[in-house]
Formats: sequence, C-alpha cells, structure tokens
Amino acid sequence: MSKEESWSIIIKPEKSLFSVNLKEIFKFKDLILLFVKRDFISIYKQTVLGPLWIVLQPLLISFTLTVVFGYIAGIDLNGAPTMLFMLAGITVWGYFSDCVLKTSDTFIANQNIFGKVYFPRLVIPLSIVLTNLFKFFIQLALFIIFFVVYITLVDTNTGVQLSWQLALLPILIILMGVLGLGFGLLISSLTTKYRDLRFLIQFGIQLAMYASPIVYPLNTVPEKYQWILLANPMTSIIETFKAGFFGETFAVFNWFHLLYSIVFATVLLFISIILFNKVEKSFMDTI
Amino acid sequence: MGQIILEAHNLSKQYRLGQIGTGTLSHDLNRFWSKIRGKEDPYLKLTEVNLRDNKEMSDYVWALRDVSFQLKEGEVMGVVGTNGAGKSTLLKLLSRITSPTTGEVKMKGRISSLLEVGTGFHPELTGRENIFLNGAILGMTKTEIRSKLDEIVDFSGCANYVDTPVKRYSSGMIVRLGFAVAAHLESEILVVDEVLAVGDQAFQKKCIGKMKDISKGGRAVLFVSHNLSSVTNLCETGILMEDGQLKFQGDIKNVVSRYLDNNSFENQQFYDLSRYQEREGTGEMKFTGIGFYRNGEPSSSICVGDDLGMKISVKSDKAMKLKMAIYIYRYDETILSNIENGDSNFEIEPFVGEKTFSLTFKDFNLYTGVYKVGVWMGDAMSGQHIDLLRFCGQFTIEEGSELVKRPLPQQSGVIYYRPHWEEN
Repeated sequence: MSKEESWSIIIKPEKSLFSVNLKEIFKFKDLILLFVKRDFISIYKQTVLGPLWIVLQPLLISFTLTVVFGYIAGIDLNGAPTMLFMLAGITVWGYFSDCVLKTSDTFIANQNIFGKVYFPRLVIPLSIVLTNLFKFFIQLALFIIFFVVYITLVDTNTGVQLSWQLALLPILIILMGVLGLGFGLLISSLTTKYRDLRFLIQFGIQLAMYASPIVYPLNTVPEKYQWILLANPMTSIIETFKAGFFGETFAVFNWFHLLYSIVFATVLLFISIILFNKVEKSFMDTI
Repeated sequence: MGQIILEAHNLSKQYRLGQIGTGTLSHDLNRFWSKIRGKEDPYLKLTEVNLRDNKEMSDYVWALRDVSFQLKEGEVMGVVGTNGAGKSTLLKLLSRITSPTTGEVKMKGRISSLLEVGTGFHPELTGRENIFLNGAILGMTKTEIRSKLDEIVDFSGCANYVDTPVKRYSSGMIVRLGFAVAAHLESEILVVDEVLAVGDQAFQKKCIGKMKDISKGGRAVLFVSHNLSSVTNLCETGILMEDGQLKFQGDIKNVVSRYLDNNSFENQQFYDLSRYQEREGTGEMKFTGIGFYRNGEPSSSICVGDDLGMKISVKSDKAMKLKMAIYIYRYDETILSNIENGDSNFEIEPFVGEKTFSLTFKDFNLYTGVYKVGVWMGDAMSGQHIDLLRFCGQFTIEEGSELVKRPLPQQSGVIYYRPHWEEN
C-alpha cells in the first residue's frame, strides 16, 4: 500500500486561507444546474401569472419611476425617452440586487441542507447567480423588444442611437454577476453571526439604487459630487450599458471608470470568498 | 477484509459553552455599551451566571476527544453510545459538515453521508426531479443517476407517482424515495445515521438487506443507531463512544455487551422514581417508586420458579380512569412482555393522593440474566400517556434454583418452560 498520495480526501482542522477547490466545484456542476432548475420551477409553479412575473416586474417598476421621477418630479434626462431610460436602469440594477439579496441568505436559508450533507457550499451562491442570469436574459430581451418598438414605432425622433459600447455588454454582465456574488457572499458570511444584518441589507439595497444613476443620468449630477456616485462600482456599469444603447450624449462612458469597477469586483470577490471559506467550515457550530 | 479506506487519527472537536455572540448586531452593540458603562450583561441568562459560579466548569467542552479508528473495505461498523457520547459529532466531522478542532481523517474514494433521508427534497418538484436533485446533492453526477433511475424508482416502490409533485406524497413514500436514492450511491464509504427508524417493517428489512449488499460489494458502511438489534444484525465490528471518547473497539457483540454493562442500572430492591428525568406524558399522575420482591421478601434477584413481586407506587393529582402497564425487556432492550392491569381483570379506581399496587408473578420462568423494567400509565379512554418511564429498574434471574438442572445462559433462550411430559 502506498503512502499519503493514495488518500483522496483528507479532513483537517485548518485549510489554507484561499483554498477554493475549483475542481471540486466543477464536479458538482450538475448540482448547480439542478438547483437552478429547482429555483425556476419552484418560484413560478404556483403563481397565477407564472413566468410572466419576470417580465411584469421591471415594467411595473419602470412605469412607476417614469410617473414619479419623469412626469411629477421632472428629472432632466438630457431628453432621453423616460420609460426607456428607467427600464434600462431597472433591468441592470434588478440583476445585481437579486444576486446580492438571494446570495446573502445562503447560510441561513440552507442551514437544513448544510447541516445534513456536504457539498462545496459555493455551489449555492453560484446557482443563484446563474438563476438570476436566466432571469436577466429574459428581462434584457424584454428591454430590447421595448427599445426597438419605441424608437421605430412610437417616437422616431429621440436622438437615441446604438453605440460601440454595446460590444462591452458581455463584460458588463459578468461584472454585475461578480459584484452581486461578491457582495452576497460577504453579507452571507456576516449574517451567520449577525442576523439582523439581513434587514439592513434589504433596505440598504433600495437606498443603493438611488445612489446609482438609475432614475437620473450621471452627467446631470453636479461635477463636484460625481465622485461619490463613481465610488459605487455599479455606476460605470449602468452608464456603459446606457451609453451602448442610447449613445454617448445620454450617458458617460469612461474607460477608467469601468476599470475601477473591474478592479473593485475582483478584489471584492477575492476577499468575500476567503471569508466565505472561513465561515463555511464553522458556521454549523455557531448558527 | 480489504485495505484500510478510512483512517481517523486523534480526532477532537471542541465546543464553547454559553453564548459566543448574541446573534444580532444590535444585541452585540447593546452588550458592548453595557460593558463600557460597567453594567451587567443584559443578555446573560440566569443559568449562565450559575455556570460562572461553578469554578470547576470550564467554558469549553470536548464533544469528541482523541478518537482514532480505521475502517476497512467491506466493513460494516456500528457506532454505539448513549445520548451525548459524541456519535453525532463524529458523523458530522466525517461527513464534513463541521471541521475538527484537532486531528485528521483520511479517506480513499468518495464518502456519502446519510444523516437524513431525502435531504433537499423540494415539495413542488416531481419525484423524478427530486431523485436527480437529491442524487446530485449526495454527490452523484447526472449520468450516474440517469443510468440508475429505473432501479431507484423500482426500489422505492413509487413507480406510479414519479411524475407527481412530492408534496402530494405520503411521508412514508418520501422516506422510501429518499432511501432509494441513497441506497444507489456509488461512494466507497457510506455513513448512515438512524434513518432506519422510519418506514414500515418491510421497508426496514429491505434497507438492511441493501446495506448488507453494499458491504459485500467491497464498500464500507459506518452505522449509527440506538436500535441495538439492528446494529447487531447489520454490523460486524463496532466502536463504543462514551463522553466523547472511544471507549472500546472490536467485534460488535462485545461492543454491545460492553455498552449494556455500562448502562445497566445498579441492582436495587427499590427504585425511587419521583426524581426520574426521562419521562413522557401529561404528568397528571406520576410513578414514585418501584420495588422488587422474591417470595415476599425485598430482593431484586430471584431464581427460576420463585414468585416475583413488584410494588409500584403512584401519586395522583387528578382523579381519572387509567390503565397501567409494566414492560419487561431482555438485556438488549428487546421487549418481552407488556402486562396490563386489565389483563388480570384488575380495575384501578380514580383516586387522588398516593397509592401502592402489588403484582405477583407466580412461578416466574425466565432464563438467567438481567431484565429491565419500564412502567406506563395512560388514559383509559384515549390511551394518551400520563406517565411513561421506558426503563426504570431491573432485576436479575440467578442460577441456583432447584428446578433447573442445567445452566441457562442468557444467549440460549428466554423462557424456561417445564411442560408436562408423557410417553404414549
């Protein structure tokens, strides 16, 4: 019998700080997909309108925002079509905030399963980000349909035009997913110790929406306060998205801003995975 | 037996007593604020104060201490121990739900733990979808599950319902489906916690049979159960846990008998039951004591053919019609007899206060050994437990009776019959 090498699993008190076993997660890829399927089926199986909710939700929110901020408050959108502008922001923001909110519940919502069986805990957050990605694609399709209908049929004179930044869309989607995952992991690791953090996050994410250029464009904000918004890593993502669809007259595109978001997302993911890994091993004893 | 596929080395797990954090940020801040002002911790419970007074008690407790053992291919090992002996902690460590404080475990191949049947079942999904989900949670790939789907469905006996959402299943069906998935795992090591306690007799038999097959196929099983007869039935070897430590390791028969020796009562002529802890029922009436008599004299050891007497005292707060029963168990906690007052046409009138009842078993004929006794009182109408003490005393049958002309070891029988013989 050979020595150490022949053992396939070794359980030890301490793992190295950054030891995400990617090979192991890959082994559980089927589980990730099954969780995605489960979430999809279970969320929409017994609702009256079923999957229609995915489409209705952003439409209703954008409509409300259009009425409140567009017509009542009369926010200056540089002349962009209000409903289209709101829907763009809501679609992007919806994906990010769903990722954060759902992943932040990982440990508490799954403590039953986690207490009974082992699989890499990261499987759950990853499946959540994927589930929401599907949802996002549906909503993105809705936005594109709405967009095309609006500029070709409703109002042909908006000055809106597609721009090259649209090619960055895949990067934006990945960035949003990474940011959502990162914040979600961070919060889920902290909520095992402090449960009331969840409530804080519930309304924190709503506040954060107003600290992002969703109901207003970035360039209408006074120059000396723009840095506050730009500190928010979502800002450049939303602006780039809008620049791609509406053209640069309606949104601010800046490579440095985008680079900042990329660096932010990477560092955040790195830190939160370390923390998640640390909590993962001991949370069953503390929860 | 094959080579070692699991090796635990000096495995320990430490838990901290009391509160680490209060669980919410606001409470922790509040506690911190009180501390600054020099006030008492507002979330400290009374019991914790008592604990602090008790100087010998340390803040840390070892749920598991320096446990080492090995598991070989094809071995079925039972883990035996009382509540709090560390069995569950051991399973949690092996199945990687928590990590050990010190020590390590090395394994070859995959390990699957079955601490619960049907983990992750979702009520909205159909039986088939849940098979895939549960299988994947337990570590199977989609292809593996697909190739075994028919077998799994067959084993569960739910073939007609696989496309029905699980929420419409009976609880028995859910358990069967869950075990069916688990039974078809391909992992080299299987860790099983008392899942057999559920399901009907026939299904339990099927499960035990399946586990035996698994071990014949060269895989190893680690089995934890309080049901000693299923442990002895299934396992060849065993380990005995006590206070977080591994007390004994070896053949399962020796392990079980060691366990029973440790956990038998001291032989007493009279047991005071008024402070007995592990009782179930409404508590409107309580057993306060049980005593044993041999031919009328207080004694807890009798010989074959003697008269066994029992005196049972009961305290009642509420006059109600009741039934009373006495259970007699063999050493391995197999129930031998359930004796009710009604069987002897004896009525117990409702009363308030304390009463003592005497029972006499004429010509008591059991093999030598230790026998345990339990008592029960229930509502005469509904049968609801008023007071149930599963094990509350024991008596011994000893050799030395003039009626017995040969040794009667406890393994060779239970009832000593002396029928009338005749040659025709």
